[in-house]
Amino acid sequence: MSDKSIKDPTRRSALKLLGAGAGLAAASSFIPGISRFAHAEGAGPIKLGFQMHSTGIGASYGRWYDRTTQAAVARINEMGGINGREVVIVTEDDGTDPKRGAEVVEKFATQHNCDMVFGTLFSHVVYGSAPRAGELKIPYFVCSEGHHVASGALNRYSMQPGITDVRSQVQAMAPFIANNLGKKITMVYPDFAFGHDHRDYFTAAIEAQGGEVVASIAIPPTETSFTRYFPNIPRETEVLYHVMVGPAVLTFVKELGEFFGPQRPEIFGFLDSLEAVGLNTPGLEFLEGTYFWEGNPRHAQADQSEFDKSFRAAVGVNEMGASIDDPNDISTYSHMFSCWETLNVIKKGMEASGYKGPKDRQSLIEAVEAMTAFEHSDDHPQGAKVMNGKTHQVFGHQFISKVTNGKMVVEHTTSIEDGFYEDAVDYTTQSF
Amino acid sequence: MDFGPHLLLASLEGAVTAAILALTAMGLSIVFGVMRVVNVAHGEFFMIGAVIAWAVASSFTGNPAIGFIAALIVAPLIAGIIAAVADKLILQRVNYDPDRTIVATIGLLYIIQQTALMTFGPDARPVTPPFNTRLSLPWFEIGESGFVMTWPWGLSTTSYKLFVIVAAIAVLTGLWVLMTRTKAGLIMRATQQDSETAQAFGVPVKRVYSYVFGLGAGLAAVGAVLVVPIQQAHYLMGHDPLLLSFIVVIIGGLGSLPGTVIAAILIGMSDGIISVFFSPTLAKIIATLVVALVLVFRPHGLLGKKV
Repeated sequence: MSDKSIKDPTRRSALKLLGAGAGLAAASSFIPGISRFAHAEGAGPIKLGFQMHSTGIGASYGRWYDRTTQAAVARINEMGGINGREVVIVTEDDGTDPKRGAEVVEKFATQHNCDMVFGTLFSHVVYGSAPRAGELKIPYFVCSEGHHVASGALNRYSMQPGITDVRSQVQAMAPFIANNLGKKITMVYPDFAFGHDHRDYFTAAIEAQGGEVVASIAIPPTETSFTRYFPNIPRETEVLYHVMVGPAVLTFVKELGEFFGPQRPEIFGFLDSLEAVGLNTPGLEFLEGTYFWEGNPRHAQADQSEFDKSFRAAVGVNEMGASIDDPNDISTYSHMFSCWETLNVIKKGMEASGYKGPKDRQSLIEAVEAMTAFEHSDDHPQGAKVMNGKTHQVFGHQFISKVTNGKMVVEHTTSIEDGFYEDAVDYTTQSF
Repeated sequence: MDFGPHLLLASLEGAVTAAILALTAMGLSIVFGVMRVVNVAHGEFFMIGAVIAWAVASSFTGNPAIGFIAALIVAPLIAGIIAAVADKLILQRVNYDPDRTIVATIGLLYIIQQTALMTFGPDARPVTPPFNTRLSLPWFEIGESGFVMTWPWGLSTTSYKLFVIVAAIAVLTGLWVLMTRTKAGLIMRATQQDSETAQAFGVPVKRVYSYVFGLGAGLAAVGAVLVVPIQQAHYLMGHDPLLLSFIVVIIGGLGSLPGTVIAAILIGMSDGIISVFFSPTLAKIIATLVVALVLVFRPHGLLGKKV
């Protein structure tokens, strides 16, 4: 060992170092977040991979899922993070494309070293991504409403604890439709997994109520022109049941109105057909008096809960369901609460399992599987829910609103039990 | 719906498709005819037209007709200028070499599409039609009690859709006059027939190319402005018009303007009718099959000249 290898620090360099240290300390006390989580257990922040539909046909949903996610995470961090650690969101665009979805999941797991992945909406992207999540053994929290999770088609790593699935939704709608609107129904739905869930489970549910589906019309989700599909609606139709997704939903609904003119049947739609579209858009006047399923009432109701009030304020949504900054920017209010609620379920699960890092992923899944119910609260502003750990699916209330003077007014709220059905799978028996 | 009214509705829908398609495909056809350039970015000029139409229309308040008319003037103009600049910056640099222009226009396609995504955003945006009245259509039948007029359920169109058809015919007539009755048309036709001889006679061929490329893009943009109150502006909307335009131009005969119009009507109407009675997917399959058959048995298209 030579004398040169160890140098006594000179007075000047020591001062510099001290100064830098003091500067850092001072800075950290001004920047919120750094100081709060500095002494937390575990290494660094918890990283959640947000698979976002920034572009492609799901972009309007993506924008609002992002705003909701950012608001939910800000709130979680304000309350001290998860297990004392800060939560950070790593966002990747999947282009609303199944192939890209699987690649994005891989990126989260291997490049970003995320603790888990969440936030996917479009069911074809879920179908494309979930198998990869299972292979990479990374928890995959879906915010999609497809029946894919509860059907048993996915794997133990895929869960949907923040939003009800289509099967449950349509089953809860069927009695109202059959008893109040009519028994001969024509369905118009998008021709992919999500739409097929509607077709299969609503047809069964309405038959159980003594009704029948007289025609079911599938439309490709990338379609831009719709009038040509409507002549297939039989004249005997008493209720037109519509659900549509994609960038052309407004055209779809407008052309529906133009087709029927003054002789429309009863119309029952899933709000998916009008998410991110204002009800006051020219051409939509005919919707007055029609009914909508809503996952969460877009227009603040007379009996609005305190939780809904604070949820709207946190995300930046006004009473009419539009952005506070831009009244023309309409939210996807029936779906986006799922990001908020899912993140709170993840928080609970991580706290219950004492989550420290990727090696605890399995105990996180087990912790969520062990959950049974969520109370209507700031964590779950849409309403109370029942969690089925075996099927990885949550169950909750649904809303049926009638368009009255340009506003959607809730006429009926279904009970949680209305959406129950027999378990199709028990994921807890599957190995990790 | 009964067969007759159903067919009428299908034909009306088909006619709107055909009108828009004729305009868009005409742009592609002129560009190929005069410049021998296969413009893969053509659908994106259509998209630019729609996006600018939204931007212009939404900047006007009050009567939607004012915004729409402004869009009808501004959008094709801007699309044309962008195309002319792209011609100067890109196509001239590769000397209009057929292989390289295809690759260059593919690049242009992505540049335009992604620029629209970054500026306009990923959402679909509506433009309010200047007028839009639902018109119920009557149907005539000879029944037991003689000749009767009925109003079948759902048989209707809108005044705006009829306007689209009329406007497309007007623009195409104007184009025909431009090509056959004016000096500009003469210059374009001269360039088309033999660009070297035209140059020898003092035709500024390079400038003509820029104008023609701009004109082609402008026509696509006119089609888009007309369609945007029916559909909506979206950054991915250029794909279908491109595909259908290619189909139309190949069937009609590359560079043949009357052939393009005939093929547009054929494809648009059959698309409308087949989609209504069977499925839109089948309509696309059949259109593509026709293209294959044309390429095998009549490679120069319906009215194209043998090369």
